[in-house]
Amino acid sequence: MANLHKFANPTLFLRLSRALLPWCVGIAVVTMAVGLYLGLFVAPPDYQQGESVRIMYVHVPAAWMALFVYTLMAVASAVSLIWRHLLADLVAKAAAPLGAGFTLIALATGSLWGKPMWGTWWVWDARLTSVLILFFLYLGHIALTHAFDDPGRGARAAAILALVGFVNVPIIKFSVDWWNTLHQPASVLKLGGPAIHPTMLWPLLLMAVAFTFYFIALLFLRVRGEIAARKLRALQLARAAR
Amino acid sequence: MTGVLVLLRRELRLALRQWGDVAMVLSFFVITVVLFPFGIGPEPNILTRISPGIIWVTALLASMLSLDRLFLADYEDGSLDLLVAGPLPLMLVVLTKCAAHWLTTGLPLIAAAPLLAVLLNMDAAAFPVLIVAMALGMPTLTLLGAVGAALTLGARRGGVLLSLLLLPLYIPVLIFGVGAVDAALGELAVRPHLLFLGALFLFALVLAPWASAAALREAVA
Repeated sequence: MANLHKFANPTLFLRLSRALLPWCVGIAVVTMAVGLYLGLFVAPPDYQQGESVRIMYVHVPAAWMALFVYTLMAVASAVSLIWRHLLADLVAKAAAPLGAGFTLIALATGSLWGKPMWGTWWVWDARLTSVLILFFLYLGHIALTHAFDDPGRGARAAAILALVGFVNVPIIKFSVDWWNTLHQPASVLKLGGPAIHPTMLWPLLLMAVAFTFYFIALLFLRVRGEIAARKLRALQLARAAR
Repeated sequence: MTGVLVLLRRELRLALRQWGDVAMVLSFFVITVVLFPFGIGPEPNILTRISPGIIWVTALLASMLSLDRLFLADYEDGSLDLLVAGPLPLMLVVLTKCAAHWLTTGLPLIAAAPLLAVLLNMDAAAFPVLIVAMALGMPTLTLLGAVGAALTLGARRGGVLLSLLLLPLYIPVLIFGVGAVDAALGELAVRPHLLFLGALFLFALVLAPWASAAALREAVA
C-alpha cells in the first residue's frame, strides 16, 4: 500500500497524466469509431427490435459507466477520508459531473429506445427508476460539493455523502425492484434471452472500452484543471494576505 | 448514561419551550394532506386508493422540514463545539438528539396520521398497520436525516440542499411504508413490509450515527 501512496502526489499525477492523456484520447477515438461503425452498419438488426436495437451500443456502455463512476467516487471518497489525500478529493469532485452526464445519456437513450419499443417515453420500470434515483444521488453530491465557501469542507462533506450513497444504492435498487414487482407485472421484454451474438457483442465491448477511456481522458483533464484552480486560489489568498 | 439522560432532557426541554416549532410541523402535515383532495377531486374511491401514499410522502416531507432543529441551533450558538469536545461519544450525542427529534416530531406525526387517514377515507382496518409502519419508518427517516443535517451545516441554501440529499435516500422507507398499508388495505401479507422497515431501521441505527458523527466533526473542525 505504501508505494501506492506516491501516486497521490499531485506533481507526479500531473506528469503521469500529461504522458497518458494522448494515449487515452487515442484509444477512445479509435475504439469509438470502430465500435460505432460496427454497431451502426455491420451488426444485424434485431429480429424483434429492428434497427432501434442500435441505441444499445450507446445506452449500455453509458449505463455501465454510470455505475462504474459512482463506485470510483466512493473509493476515492474513502481514500480521501482515511488518508486525507488531496488528489482523492479532486478525483471525486471531477468524476461526479461526468458520472451524472453518463447517467443522463443512459436515461435519455433509454427513453428514446422506449418510445418505439414500448410506445411511451417513460415507464416506471425498475431499472429506469433506479437509474433515475442514481442521477439524483449524483446531483446531490455535486450540489453539496459546491455548497460551501471552503472547498475543502465541501469535498469532505461530499465524501461522506458518497459513501452513504454507495451503501444505499443496493438497498434502493432492491426496494425499487420489490416495489415494481408489486405494482406492475414484468411487462418489459428481457434482453439476451439467447446469448448475445458475436456481431452484436463486439461493437458493444468496443464501445465500453471507448467510453471508459473517454472518461479517463476527461477525468485527467478535469483533475488537472482542479489542481490549477487550487494553485490559483492559494496564490490569490497569499496575495490577499500580503 | 447520565450524560445521555441530561442531553435528552435538555433537548426535550428546548423543544417544549419552543413548542411552536412542533406545532408548525404538525400544521404543515395536516394542511398539505388536506390540499390533495382539492388537487385530485373528492371521490372517495380515489382518495382511499392513494391515501397511504399521500400520508407517507407528506410525513416524510414534514419530518425533513423539521431536521434543522437537530444541529443547526447548536452549531450557530457554539454548543455543538462543546458537545463534540465533551466526554460523551459523538455517536451517542447523535443518537440522543435523534431520539429527542423522534419524540418531538415523529411521535406527533404518527398520532396525527390516523386522523388524516379518516379524512382521506382510508379503511379503519388499516390504521394499526399504518401506525406500526410509521413507528418503524419514522426513526429511520430521522437517522438518515441526521446525516443530511450534519453534512449541510454551514452550507449555503441548506434547506433546499437537504431535500436534494435526503429524498433519494428516503425512497426505500417510502416504498415499504406505503407497501405495508397497501397490503393491509388489500388484505395481503403485511409482515414482509414491516420486517423490511425494521431491517432498514436497524441498518440506519448502526450506520447513520457513525456517518453523522464524522460529518459533525468536519463541520466544527
